[in-house]
Amino acid sequence: MFLRTAVLAASTALLGAMAQADVKVGMITTLSGGGAGLGIDVRDGFMLAVKQAGRDDLEVVIEDDQRKPDVAVQLADKMIQSEKVDVLTGIIWSNLAMAVVPAATAQGKFYLSPNAGPSPLAGKGCHPNYFNVAWQNDNLHEAAGAYANDAGLKNSFILAPNYPAGKDALTGYKRMFGGELAGELYTKLGQTDYAAEIAQIRASGADSVYFFLPGGMGISFLKQYAASGVDLPLVGPAFSFDQGILQAVGDAALGVKNTSQWNKDIDNAANAAFVETFQAEYGRLPSLYASQGFDTANLLISAMGKADVADADAFRAALKAAEFDSVRGDFAFGDNHHPIQDIYVREVIKEGDVFTNKIIATGLSDHADAYAAECKM
Amino acid sequence: MTTLLFIEQLLNGLQFGVMLFLMSAGLTLVFGVMGLINLAHGSLYMIGAFAAAAVAAATGSFLLALMASLAAAALAGALIELTIIRRLYDRDHLDQVLATFALILIFSEGTRWLFGSFPLFLDVPAALSGPVTLPGGIQYPAYRLTIILVGLAVAVGMFALINRTRVGIRIRAGEADREMIAALGVDIAKLYTFVFALGAALAGFAGALVGAIQSVQVGMGEPVLILAFVVIVIGGIGSIKGAFVGALLVGLTDTLGRFLLPQMFALILEPSAAVSVGSALASMLIYILMAGVLIFRPRGLYGVA
Amino acid sequence: MTRETWTNLAALAVLAGVPLWAYVADEPFIITLATRAAIFALAGVGLNLALGLGGLVSLGHAAFFGIGGYAMGILASHAQAYAPLAEWPFLIEGTKSMPVIWLVAVVASALAALAIGALSLRTSGVYFIMITLAFGQMIYYFAISWPAYGGEDGLSIYVRNGFPGLNTLDPIQFFGLCFAVLCAVLVLMWLVQNSAFGLALSAARQNETRVLSVGMVPYRLRLVAFVISGAITGLAGALFADLNRFVSPTMLSWQMSGEIMIFIIIGGVGRLFGPVIGAMVFILLEHTLGGLSEFWHVYLGALLLGIVLFAKGGVIGAIAGREKAHD
Repeated sequence: MFLRTAVLAASTALLGAMAQADVKVGMITTLSGGGAGLGIDVRDGFMLAVKQAGRDDLEVVIEDDQRKPDVAVQLADKMIQSEKVDVLTGIIWSNLAMAVVPAATAQGKFYLSPNAGPSPLAGKGCHPNYFNVAWQNDNLHEAAGAYANDAGLKNSFILAPNYPAGKDALTGYKRMFGGELAGELYTKLGQTDYAAEIAQIRASGADSVYFFLPGGMGISFLKQYAASGVDLPLVGPAFSFDQGILQAVGDAALGVKNTSQWNKDIDNAANAAFVETFQAEYGRLPSLYASQGFDTANLLISAMGKADVADADAFRAALKAAEFDSVRGDFAFGDNHHPIQDIYVREVIKEGDVFTNKIIATGLSDHADAYAAECKM
Repeated sequence: MTTLLFIEQLLNGLQFGVMLFLMSAGLTLVFGVMGLINLAHGSLYMIGAFAAAAVAAATGSFLLALMASLAAAALAGALIELTIIRRLYDRDHLDQVLATFALILIFSEGTRWLFGSFPLFLDVPAALSGPVTLPGGIQYPAYRLTIILVGLAVAVGMFALINRTRVGIRIRAGEADREMIAALGVDIAKLYTFVFALGAALAGFAGALVGAIQSVQVGMGEPVLILAFVVIVIGGIGSIKGAFVGALLVGLTDTLGRFLLPQMFALILEPSAAVSVGSALASMLIYILMAGVLIFRPRGLYGVA
Repeated sequence: MTRETWTNLAALAVLAGVPLWAYVADEPFIITLATRAAIFALAGVGLNLALGLGGLVSLGHAAFFGIGGYAMGILASHAQAYAPLAEWPFLIEGTKSMPVIWLVAVVASALAALAIGALSLRTSGVYFIMITLAFGQMIYYFAISWPAYGGEDGLSIYVRNGFPGLNTLDPIQFFGLCFAVLCAVLVLMWLVQNSAFGLALSAARQNETRVLSVGMVPYRLRLVAFVISGAITGLAGALFADLNRFVSPTMLSWQMSGEIMIFIIIGGVGRLFGPVIGAMVFILLEHTLGGLSEFWHVYLGALLLGIVLFAKGGVIGAIAGREKAHD
């Protein structure tokens, strides 16, 4: 598991240079097994920003957590005890974040989350050294609920896997959605056949379907839904419509509305440059996860320009200021160090042979999360 | 809940059962004839799906993709039988479990190395992509009906192969008394390679067929493997008939459990708690079924003592 | 002394020596790795009683490992939040004391093993493997969908639990504690193996009829062995959760059961020190192979395959010969 790709950023050309690595970052992410695609995207986005910054005082150590919480905890111990890193980042999954983040921040390390945003870390369990650069887990679902109101939907059937992130998702949707619920279902985690659920959707009399089924579950659901002949409008969070998996869903995803805080057509200079350089560097379109990795690295680099990591208070303030050009456009941290940002509604389209998304509306503007009030720090 | 919905769910359960039968037929065949626990069965399922996705992407033909899945999985099966599996026949189950577990690791990461970390695209053929209307007004996906028919055809084919052909006679004889049929001049090594390749081909075929409505990705074989084991254990390991009955039983139990349990709990609990408790119980239901069957019939429904 | 005894002593010396060296060299992470190995070894020693001595191939031992882990997680989280577990019929408070947690973990996993064993032991062979797997899966899915203790997210404990007279947050002291538990259990296992019970259990594995004919009931022997086995694995689970200060359903997954089994097979089935050497080798492999490539699982798989095919009797079998190999 101890995949070591210690990367000395950019100007390694200066052999024997005096400059010692001033900030050492430990990245724990998923690089092998089923969920590897997400970790690889976060890593590639992060390293692209590091490379572009060309700083010789930034060192990144990358290790593979195999999507196992105990391995992630062990890696965090290793990075803190042996590598003596200053900042940790990289974790994709909420359950792994819950295992690593509280202990790491309690030991005085900074943690920048490029993907997971479990609700306890935004509310009662918030910590001054924890910064979430992606979203609080409920955010995209809340935007979907708001969009459903705007679109005049009155009666939704909602479903998600039976685990905490699934419950957060449906809670988020219900928080914003003003209509009735035609049905609410929790499916088995990792389930691949949805015939029984689709039959219930058909019989429920709903006017729309909201689903949160990340990864392979979403691919299966979308294909089976398209084949079933049920033609109610589908709404989902970006996770089931990401660049990495859209190609595997194919036509079944065309026209589906989904919510995301980022898309490749957001009109700002930073984003245009990001999309172009990412494609040039890796030969594929960047995904949501890649954009989050890229933003995370740029946030860190912006703070490095303003404060010394050894001075924790100053560095924390520099992170909190978030003075970097986010590829999402406007970006700020709330009091609980979670993003305040716009969340968009996207539609799946086909550009040539490639399935991708385009923004059609703004779901929520300058949206913060629902747990900020519970955070005391 | 209407009668129509209930009938549709019964159909879904049947369809899921047939799907499970396709996945488990090869596994039970290999166990019955060679006494081998093959955890890598799920990997062969994955190989079939990946081969089909690759060929479908290159040629655009679903039929060619299905043939590729059969060929690729049979080839992979024959290859590992000749190099590795045949050394395991006279080992205990523990060695078999570990060796085939090692094969899972090799196949999974090998596939990821070849095809990358992202899921592949494999779609149902256009002719079968929509729903058809059944008598009574039930709309049902044409592809799923096809799966039911194909699964039933495979079941009939397997029965015919085992009960009506010369190879089948040898397979049954091999199950009963390995030394005797070797003494009678049957090349037992070749027979075993054939049976293992056949089992592998069935797994790969199922992978391609089911992969078209699910997600073709690394690791797709593992949940299937566990389900297939549940099926063949309920049916009685080694019995094709048992696998068929077991598959239908598991398919119906799982589908109806997912559908009915939350509604039943809604009668006694408040809605959100009912959904939560019902779903939790539904996800445990097939294992409860399996444990229940084994407690009363320790060798499964059709297992031989 | 036989070669096996020497091998065993060498294994213990390495397991104790490496962390001591790491302590001197200020490499705390190596100590953590050694602690992990000691805990996995303990889990393996537990399974080995059922598997090696009793011939009961259980693919559900993660259930006990996880129950032990959750015993720690639940007690410590209640203590952390100052919320009692139950107020009726009598007050049950959470605790941060390791000895109490261990006791609860052992009792809880022993009870689970009693229930699962009583039902599962009606079957044998492959059916036993599969029914234990089924019970393991039931508990796994229950833990994932049960919201009270975190579901799939698991439970985090911010500070490691305490042991009288020790600072458990110090890696070397926590290692010492785990190592001492491992040694104590190894002594216990040695006593069990050579007791009348152990000999009868072993005989029941080799020839059931003969055991029946002398008036003993193999079912009861096996059930007792299964319960002790589950209890030890549960104890290991409590320690593992404390090492990570975290427990989640991953500890209950069937892959975990497979891993515990792998330790035993690498080391040598039925050998007292099989799981100890197996766990050490496994951790070493994980640590070194992981550095080679992103696709290190391929190498791990190939190595495991090599061990099964060519090193019958595991590492100990290869070193010490087959004098005491399992049938």
